Amino acid sequence: MLACLGALALAAAAAPAADTPPPAPAGSTSAFDQVLQLLAARRHGRVSYSEVQQMAMLERPLSSSGELVYQAPDHLEKRVLAPKPETLILDHGVLTAQRGQRTRVLSLRDYPQVVPFVESIRATLAGDRAALEHYFRAQFEGDVDRWTLRLVPTDASVAHTVQEIRIAGERAAVLMVEIRLVDGDRSLVTLGPEIPP
Amino acid sequence: MSVPRHAATLLWALLVLAASLVVARATYRTDLSAFLPRTPSPAQRLLVEQLRAGPFVHLIMVAIEGADERTRAAASQQLAARLRAAPAFSSVSNADAAQLERDRTFLFSHRYLLSADVTPQRFTAGGLHQAIGDSLDALASPEGLLVKALFPRDPTGELLGILDSLGQSQAPHTSAGVWISPDGRRALLLVQTRAAGSDTDAQQAACEAIRRAFAQVAAALPDARGARLGLLMSGPPVMAVTSRAIIKSEVVRLSLVSAALVALLLFAVYRSLPALALTLVPVASGALAGVAAVALGFGAVHGITLGFGVTLIGEAVDYSIYLFLQRGAQFRTGVWPTIRLGMLTSICGFAALLPSAFPGLAQLGLYSIAGLIAAALVTRFVLPGWTERVRSVRDLSRAGEASARALAWLRPARPALALVALLAAGTLYAHRGALFSHELASLNPVPLADQRLDDELRAASGAPDVRYVVVTQAAGREAALAQAQRLEAPLEALVAAGVIGSFESPTRYLPTEALQRQRRGSLPAAPELRARLAQALADLPVRPAVLEPFIADVEAARRGPLLSAADLAGTSFAAAEDALLVKDRGGWSALLPVAVVGADLSAASLERLRAAVSADAQAPAALLDLKGEADRLYAGYLSAALALALSGFAAIVLLLLVALRSVARLARVVLPLALAVLTVAALFAAAHRELTILHVVGMLLIVAVGSNYALFFDRAGEHPPASSPARTLASLLVANAATVVTFGVLASSRVPLLADLGSTVAPGTLLALLFAGLLARQAAPRAAAGA
Repeated sequence: MLACLGALALAAAAAPAADTPPPAPAGSTSAFDQVLQLLAARRHGRVSYSEVQQMAMLERPLSSSGELVYQAPDHLEKRVLAPKPETLILDHGVLTAQRGQRTRVLSLRDYPQVVPFVESIRATLAGDRAALEHYFRAQFEGDVDRWTLRLVPTDASVAHTVQEIRIAGERAAVLMVEIRLVDGDRSLVTLGPEIPP
Repeated sequence: MSVPRHAATLLWALLVLAASLVVARATYRTDLSAFLPRTPSPAQRLLVEQLRAGPFVHLIMVAIEGADERTRAAASQQLAARLRAAPAFSSVSNADAAQLERDRTFLFSHRYLLSADVTPQRFTAGGLHQAIGDSLDALASPEGLLVKALFPRDPTGELLGILDSLGQSQAPHTSAGVWISPDGRRALLLVQTRAAGSDTDAQQAACEAIRRAFAQVAAALPDARGARLGLLMSGPPVMAVTSRAIIKSEVVRLSLVSAALVALLLFAVYRSLPALALTLVPVASGALAGVAAVALGFGAVHGITLGFGVTLIGEAVDYSIYLFLQRGAQFRTGVWPTIRLGMLTSICGFAALLPSAFPGLAQLGLYSIAGLIAAALVTRFVLPGWTERVRSVRDLSRAGEASARALAWLRPARPALALVALLAAGTLYAHRGALFSHELASLNPVPLADQRLDDELRAASGAPDVRYVVVTQAAGREAALAQAQRLEAPLEALVAAGVIGSFESPTRYLPTEALQRQRRGSLPAAPELRARLAQALADLPVRPAVLEPFIADVEAARRGPLLSAADLAGTSFAAAEDALLVKDRGGWSALLPVAVVGADLSAASLERLRAAVSADAQAPAALLDLKGEADRLYAGYLSAALALALSGFAAIVLLLLVALRSVARLARVVLPLALAVLTVAALFAAAHRELTILHVVGMLLIVAVGSNYALFFDRAGEHPPASSPARTLASLLVANAATVVTFGVLASSRVPLLADLGSTVAPGTLLALLFAGLLARQAAPRAAAGA
């Protein structure tokens, strides 16, 4: 189940800019806060994505692709279209996974160790700095136009498997989410342009 | 005259002694056996077995509330640890991590015996290619991380397959490492007791053990945080203990209260303590005789019978009231024959209950017959010898005359009785569809608040009240498992079609040895597997070396032993297995509980389920509808009680016809009784109170008790000079007041059985007296006025 959620967290990364972002507020606000404000201003997004997973035990990386949907503040969807269709929906803390004939429903409350995974993406998309800093040491690099957010889990049970999560974007658009695991395996999700409704 | 009297007293004393011995040595039961049929049908036998020992009767749901989440979680962990160490419990679950790990380890290490996917085809090069390919898809999917950790040992995904086949987990939510209610305000534990469901003493001990353990845990928490914690419990054992406690306390309370009230009433009337004491002699003798008769006739006395026994006070006390208050008349020649006839009519009524399949009713019948005979005989043969010591009982002639005048004043309203009859009949007709309650639950003595708590905890802990169980029986354990296994395919088809939600089976954790052997035989030897893997992995991105742990595990499973019940020890599956595969008298029963979709099965779904269950001749099985069967059982009792009550009524009419030898007199005696019954039934219907079996019994009692009144009015009408009508009327009023008090107290009971009886008889006998007075021959009041 943890894996399920981890992957969803990846999925959630998928919410790039939809509308023209509002101008960055001037003044003393840091670039991090400006980016978060831009992200928070976005309510909805739908993009294509492709994912590459590298695992030590496999001779070649695994690739998959599909669509990602975000609806502020806590609805995320990952629709895998290739190689096999699969849907993962997070809504109000309840995760629904559909693969083939089987549907699994589980509440995030039952898997507290997984919450940081999901929060890394959800909080980023929602511009929720307090939530981000609750689960991670967050390090912001770059500026509003081109930024990278490095998240290192503080919870020991998460840090046991996850080394760091890197999220890169331009203004209110998330372009890339990378999860590096402690064992050296990694997963890279690249987000495509907004799919018009 | 004095010698036979002494002889009568001596005989009485001996009989009291003998009865006391029987009563003292009798077995008293307060479990649900009073409601179980004496000669059950096969389906009823299954029901009774399930109610006594089924897997669902051991579950106690425990909730801890109050204080804060961390305190509740700590209390839950410590309580679980204490209960796991106690021998009374077979399993204690609260989402404990170690428990989950043991479960997972069991499934994983026996995966090649448990997985339905393990077939020879699965381990061919093609099958391996397919299975490993699927696992790679899963690796790329959201399940990736989970699959990844297991992949080198389980590349064919057997564990996931097993988890899938175990179905959607209905486990409660978890927080801070323990189960919690959906609103997060309670920590939850599910506890299975070891004792049989019918062993209420052991269940009570188990409930107390939980309370004690909780108190110790709460006391040990730092900073007195435990003081703010509360404990809630529900489930069949708790219900059984509660209902027993309620019945016990109610029987004691009601007996004491009604005895005290009747004594008070009689003292107010007699103004003589000796008379009061003597009045109670026939009652006490009757009660003693009744209990002794039941103990001898049934082997054990049910607690509820003692509760019904209160009713005896209502009629037996009348006899001595007539003796004391009609002293002016010749007791032996004037009063006694009427009492005797009244007693015989009552016995006719109660005798109708004797053949009831409902043991509670049959016991009530025997108890009352023995009690009434004893009370009447004591009144006739023992009491008169003692009454000489009673100097004076207040003369109630003047009160009687006043009542007679009131009755005479009301008499012109007699035609209104026709209107009452019409109204009552009309009301009954209007409510004809909803007169009777057909649910056994209508007799449940557990208070509504406790029933609601049960619903709440069941919803929170994902332990739905099981209604449907597929039962298949065989001579041996293996055969029962094999039959359960055969039933799974049709049931799975129903799950897939959405007809039923899910089902459980004992073979999930313990497949038949034949199937295990077959699965083990599907596993190739290590060199062969290595060769096939090399082929299978040719176009897959997996390095063969990565799967060496897989080859080792398969080889271990191939050489390893089969799974037995002992391997389940320590897992949470052990309790489930014990519950679903049970040894009974006839051999072994495998139970497959079926969970419904939504609130209940539709009629069409139920039909499909029945068809699926009975389709396989090699796996003979029955679908047991626990609630439906219980309700059918009760409906059977109810219709039987109706038939018995009617035949009792017919017997009474016949007896009176023989005794009175006049249709006109018979009509005057029977009409008021019938009218009283009709009116009471109509009142219940108008108040939208559905009639239960005890209302029906109550109506029989109205006739039994009311016939005494009607007979005295009849006697007063027939032999005006021989009787003193005013005194007769006064004695009837006092007798009726005693009955109304007794049954009124019963009506206040928290036990529905007793309350139903009381609320029927109290108003019914009052009406019977009134109607009998109004319909009596005019001679009585005129004679009274002239006296």
